[in-house]
This record gives sequence, C-alpha cells and structure tokens, in this order.
Amino acid sequence: MATTNEKSLQAEEVDLLALEKILEDYKGKRGAIIPVLQKVQNKYGYLPESAVYLIAERFNISVSEIIGVATFYAQFHLKPRGKHVVKVCCGTACHVKNAKRLSNKIESKLKIKVNETTEDREFTFEEVSCLGACGIAPVVTIDDHVHGEISPEKLDEVLDTFKQPAG
Amino acid sequence: MDNTFTHLENNNKVDDGGGKTHSVIAVCLGTGGVAAGGNYVYQKFEEEIKRLNLDITLGKRVCKTSKTGCRGLCSKDVLVDITIPGAKPLTYEKVTAAMVPNIVEEHLVKNTPIEKWLAKEDYHKFYDSQYRLVLGNCGVIDPEDIEAYIYRGGYEALKKVLKTMKPEDVIQEIKKSGLRGRGGGGFPTGEKWASGAKYSADEKFIVCNADEGDPGAFMDRSLMEGDPHAVLEGMIIGGYAIKATSGYIYIRAEYPLAVKRLHIAIEQAHERGFLGENILNSGYSLTIFVKEGAGAFVCGESTALQYSIEGKRGMPRTRPPQSVEAGLWDKPTVLNNVETFGNVPIILTRGADWYSKLGTEKSKGTKIFSLTGRIKNPGLIEVPMGATIRQIVFDMGGGIPKKKKFKAVQIGGPSGGCLPESLLDTPIDYESLLGLGAMMGSGSFVVVDETTCMVDMARFFMTFCANESCGKCPPCRIGTTLMLEILTRITMGEGEEKDIEVLEQMSDEMKVMSLCGLGQSAPNPVKSTLRYFKDEYLSHIRDKVCPTATCPALHKYEVTSEKCVKCQACIRNCPVKAISGSAAETAVIDKGKCIKCNLCYEKCNFMAIK
Repeated sequence: MATTNEKSLQAEEVDLLALEKILEDYKGKRGAIIPVLQKVQNKYGYLPESAVYLIAERFNISVSEIIGVATFYAQFHLKPRGKHVVKVCCGTACHVKNAKRLSNKIESKLKIKVNETTEDREFTFEEVSCLGACGIAPVVTIDDHVHGEISPEKLDEVLDTFKQPAG
Repeated sequence: MDNTFTHLENNNKVDDGGGKTHSVIAVCLGTGGVAAGGNYVYQKFEEEIKRLNLDITLGKRVCKTSKTGCRGLCSKDVLVDITIPGAKPLTYEKVTAAMVPNIVEEHLVKNTPIEKWLAKEDYHKFYDSQYRLVLGNCGVIDPEDIEAYIYRGGYEALKKVLKTMKPEDVIQEIKKSGLRGRGGGGFPTGEKWASGAKYSADEKFIVCNADEGDPGAFMDRSLMEGDPHAVLEGMIIGGYAIKATSGYIYIRAEYPLAVKRLHIAIEQAHERGFLGENILNSGYSLTIFVKEGAGAFVCGESTALQYSIEGKRGMPRTRPPQSVEAGLWDKPTVLNNVETFGNVPIILTRGADWYSKLGTEKSKGTKIFSLTGRIKNPGLIEVPMGATIRQIVFDMGGGIPKKKKFKAVQIGGPSGGCLPESLLDTPIDYESLLGLGAMMGSGSFVVVDETTCMVDMARFFMTFCANESCGKCPPCRIGTTLMLEILTRITMGEGEEKDIEVLEQMSDEMKVMSLCGLGQSAPNPVKSTLRYFKDEYLSHIRDKVCPTATCPALHKYEVTSEKCVKCQACIRNCPVKAISGSAAETAVIDKGKCIKCNLCYEKCNFMAIK
C-alpha cells in the first residue's frame, strides 16, 4: 500500500492518556462512536490500533464493530498520514475544469500515488469528492487551507513553499 | 423585488450602536472569500480604520467592518460592500489586502469611490435577475451575530407560531404553501410533518439533513454559513409542529465553517430563549445537536443518515417502516433538508397565500442552484420555480467563457441528468426535470461546453456512484461497477456496438431493483447522455474517435488547418516545444516530441486540435 515504512509504524508509540479524556467526555452518551473516532483522529492524525482496542473495551462493543464503522467512512484512517495533507477536489465542477491535471502534478512532483504518503512523512495525497467550493474550481486544499482556481503551475509553487527548511 | 441592494441599505442600521448611523464595510468571508484572501482583506480594513481614527479626530464617520457569509459569486471574491449613510451602497470586486489602503483613503475619507475597482456589469446582471428570498440574508448580515438576524425580522415567525398558532395550524399553513422538500425528491413538506405528528412516543426527533454530498452542490453550505439562524428557526418551528423532543443537524465534516457557525448560532439562540427549555414561555422545549458526518455520500439517504447519527455504518434499510414512524433510535423522526427549513420562516411570516403565488402550479417558491462548470460567473443563484435553463445560464451566469459553445447542463448531480441545448427553454420544476430524465436533486447545475465529452461525464458520475455505493444491495454494488467497466472501455476505444444496449438494460434494472435512491438514480447520467448524446457514444465505439478529444486514449494530436487561426497559443504553451508554426503558418505538432499532456487542446480557443 502506502510507501510508509511498516516497521516505523509498529514502533510508533501512542500516548493513550489523551484518549482517556475523550472517552470520559462521551461516557454514557448514545451515538458516541463516530464523534469519539473523530476526536481520536484529530488528536493522533489517524486511528491507532491500541486506541481502537481501548475504545472497544470502554464502550463494551467489539473491535470489529469499530473497524466496521471506521472503514465505512472516508474520513477515517487506520494508518498514519503525512504532516501535510494535500486534497484534490474531484467534484463535477473541478472535473470539468481539469482537476486530473492537478493530481498528475502531485503524483509527479511528490512521487506518490493517491492515498499514499511520502517517505519523509511530509505529504499525504488524497482525492476527495466535492468540497463545495465549486465557484472557485478547480480546488486543492493543503491542510485546511483552500486554494481556489489553481493551475498545476501555481500548485507547484505552493507545494514548494512547504518544502523549504524552516526559518 | 427583493435584491441585495435594498437589503444592504436596510442593513445599514444593523450596526447602529449608539444612535449614530455608521458606515459599514462588509467583507465576504464565506469559504470562497476566505480562499481568495478575505481574512487578510478584513484585517487590513481593521488596521486602516484604527490608524485613521487616530488621524481623523473629528470622526464624523464611525466605520465598522462586518463579516458576511457567502453571497454566491465566489469567482469575484473578495467582494467588499461599502455603505456610507445617505449614499448608494457600492461593491468592490476581487479586492486584495494591497488595495485596502487606497479604498479607505479614497472612498471612506474623500468620498470618491474608486471606479475601476467597482464591481462590473456581470456582477449586477448576476444579482439583478435573481429573486433572493431564502438567500436574502446571505452575504448581507453577519452570520455570527444573532442581532443582525433579529433586526431583519428573524425569529418573528417563531414568535408568531408559538404565541398564536397550534401545531396543527402550522402544518396546515405549510401544506397550503405547497412547499416541497428541497433535498431532491420533492415530497410535500406539510404532508411529511402531518404524518410525523400522527405518531406519539416518549421521544421524537426533527432532523436537518445537511449532508450535502452531491458533487457540484454548495447551496446548503452557503445557507448555513451565511444565515444559520434561518435554518435553526425553520427547525424549531418544524419541531413545534410535530412536537419533537430534540433535533439533530447532520452535517458534512468537510464544512468546518458551517459547523462552527451553527454552533455559534445554537448558543446564541439558547441565550435569547429561542432554544432550550420552555421556549419564549410557550411551554415547548427543544434542544438541537450538531452531528458531524464522516464522509459517506450514501448518508444523505434518510435511513442511512439516521444509522450514522446512531454511530453505525451508514447503510440504508428497506422501508416501511418510514422514518416518521420509526426513524432515529426507532422513534418517530421527521427529516428535512437545509433549504427546506430555510423556507419555513418565510412562509410563516409572509403567509402561505403569498408564498404559493411564487413558482409553477406544482412547484412553489424559489429554488437555489449552484451554477458551476464552464460558465462565466459561477455562483449561487436563487430563482422562482419555473425559470428557464436559458435564463440561468445566459442571463445570470453570463454564458460560456472563451468563445466556446454551450453543450449541456448537468442538473441534479449523480442522480440527475444532462440536458442539451434544445431544452434550454424548459421551465424548471420537479416534474419537468423528471420528465426529461434529469432530477432536481439538491440543485447542482453544472454547465459543460463543447470541449466536454459526454461519455466521459457519464463515466465520471458512475465512478462516483461506484465509489460511494455502500455495498449492501447487489444491484447497486455490482451494477455500478459493471456499468463503470463498460463506460471505461468505451472511453478507451474498446467499446462494442452491443454495449449501448447493455447499458440501457442495466439502467432500467438498477432503477427497479436497488434498495435506495443512490442505486435507483445512479444510472440517470448514463441514461440521459444516451438519450441526448448517443452520437458521441457511437463515435467512440464505431470510429474510435472522441469528438471533443477529451478521452486521452483516443487522442490524435493533429491540427485541423481550416480551424487554426495561427494565434500560436498552443505553441507558447507546449511544455516540450513540439509545436511549430507562425503568424503565417498553421501550427504543426511533432508527434515524436509530443508527450500528450493535452495542454494545447485546452489552450486552443478555436477547437483546432483534435
């Protein structure tokens, strides 16, 4: 799958202390699984296996049920993602305005395919369905910043600004 | 007729703090505005005002900047309105932070507006031909300020309902207005509420479906970002009518700004007693929760949505029982779309009689469309039902850019269809669109020009549906995958004559056999393109030619000499310098050097490259 190194994944240490606080907030609330998973993902950037086990234990449901929910929704990730997440909108308006060329640009520049993470864990590339910013299509978001009416050339420049060393 | 400008004038007094009339600078800070740098523009205005306030000791004008929501013309962002008391409000388009000091200096201090930066004719045409009823507040008021909403008559409908009407009266009024669900199906809202009111239980829910997943649709997002209180007010009225005990807004997590503004609005409504225990001393109580979706298109389907709120996989179930009988947590549940709720306060304020005069015989009121794609002025527009496609595309949208020709409009997203030029004068309502093989859907309106391949368009939507199929029922799970396979083969130049027949047959079967709306309507884009653009399918299949040269596998990269005007745009843009030619000579592409990037085709304004 992703180019992320499997070994470094297993070595990942997950601090579950923050999770306790999240679980406490949702204790006894109905329909809590999805909000809890969202909070966990916000915290860790993905859903760590150990966190999933702990949630299952506390809510007294099976791990498979949680994995069932997590894999059903596009938002959840079971593997760590890059520091920056680049999303190319593939909605209708962006499609007719050649969003594919933006994806091609990212693939050639970052040398990763869709849903993959660069080896240095800097970037994850995703294609998403409509972001609802069709008026300024085509659209790319990097982290949560929306770049509208963007061309492959412009995207190239924007990506470069992330690559520069800090300071 | 309501339009933005009279609204702006009225709005002038909203920010009236101490009896003085202020000049108001309104900066568009919807998603489009922010992406175009709206926050920087806003900050710069703040800085400049602060700086000048020190300078101008007399301070005749107290300027106040306010944030407004999306006004729908995102392509001209950042839009800034400046209202000086006594003068006509003026709008600047494409404002950048660098322009701000000049605008403040010239316009606000010297009172000489900078003509060259003011919004041009396109902007006025875009607004003047609309009928902004539900969107009346969007782009005008500060959505994070309940006072602004109240000043413009907000929560009056709720007060009227709670003080003077019984729940049955409210339902009767909504029935009389003829309001139908804006989520796409067009089910009469009054009927739905009436059946919801029939069932009694210890708990009852009113749910707002804000899972706007149709690619190309953003009217719900804009409404929630621009006027969140209107949606809340509609929901509270609905809750009272059906006697709901709590409400849920199920919103896409991809809309962070809308989520934030709904939270603010709910909090403010609580403070003012419009929500919570014993609303306005009426004895009715309601709490509203915001639930963020997690990225699944199928959750727009009502039963799937309810499972998702419950924290399960969002897969639809068979009906009956209908949601009004056993919905969320098996309790009676009434579910309406964002825009539907947005209509409710208007109906109750102005009366069902007034409302039902708008629109066509069977479709009342207005509809918001998000006009996008190959169009000069993409944006959000609101028109009375019965407006024609031509009015929307050419009057408001300004037509097709770059001298290209209109080809079709795709209405209703993945469940809708593509309508050709010959149907431009069709009045839009629920029935007319269904009859033509499209669908109101949520109201996405994607215009495509002569450079768009209709087979590729059908393949695009089928890819979407195949990805989003939840997999529960085989007709949808397998049907979308197989249809996608056939469509992909056709775009690769490997189609066979019998494919068309197979596609048609599968379309009909999926429609009948699928469990929910996703599968039932997934073949619509294929069916409608087969109906109106069959020749394009045939040329892919028989001649192995994509008439628009969109499908890369079928590209030839040759210049048609009759069409080439020798402008050399292709030569300038070719990244590998594979094209030669001059002002005197037709361009020629060297196929040995060509990397098939398709840039020359896109840059050619004369369709000379195939």
